[in-house]
Amino acid sequence: MSVELKKDDKKIIAFLKGDIDHHTAAPIRSKIDEIISLQKPSLLIIDFNDVSFMDSSGIGLVLGRYRLMNELGGKVRVENLSKSVYKVMSLSGMDKLVEIKKREEEKNENN
Amino acid sequence: MKITNQMRLTLDSRSVNESFARVSICAFVACLDPTVEEISDIKTAVSEAVTNCIVHAYKEELGNIYITVAIYDNNVVRIKIRDKGCGIENVEQAMEPLFTTVGGERAGLGFAVMESFMDKVKVRSKINSGTCVTLEKHISGRE
Repeated sequence: MSVELKKDDKKIIAFLKGDIDHHTAAPIRSKIDEIISLQKPSLLIIDFNDVSFMDSSGIGLVLGRYRLMNELGGKVRVENLSKSVYKVMSLSGMDKLVEIKKREEEKNENN
Repeated sequence: MKITNQMRLTLDSRSVNESFARVSICAFVACLDPTVEEISDIKTAVSEAVTNCIVHAYKEELGNIYITVAIYDNNVVRIKIRDKGCGIENVEQAMEPLFTTVGGERAGLGFAVMESFMDKVKVRSKINSGTCVTLEKHISGRE
């Protein structure tokens, strides 16, 4: 599991890679939080394109970043969710708090 | 219903073993030729149950996690994930979505994920003795 961070004006993009579970969530969390508290962006985009697996730890990860960004008056967007990651994420009702975008190729599927 | 194949696995309750547990169980179930979605459902449910043992049952201390997987002749997989940890005081409450005792960043959705991704989820628990979670799923397989 790894996270690559890119800064673009007032926006930070976190590209996640690999499996997200209770074991891997902690280091991702601290890396993202470090850059947020340093840069204070107005938008955090979490990109799930290279996420191979996610359990409910991923929900906690997004929810925690949402709270942090909310304190700073910023927004969170979650992008490129695979079908299986979307299935877990949608259980949480997160779509009411955070904009969630599926992967391009899965938008046309009936699921 | 007859068991056609079975495996047992004992693991240290270290968080690094979460991925080993879900991947090895899915490798064992692969003989039923499950769909990508079925594999992903089992992986996710197992990950939740094993994480519960580590975070809740043993509270980040070291203990054993006992896993058995049985495959039945009607293509049903039954996975038991057992610990000898602290036990759950109120199972019904623990299974409620968003209920969590640890705070922090646990979403409180572990059992909700297990229940929505598996056909059956059964929880037996005794204080100071341990918890056993039984997960069951029928595998339709790829046609």
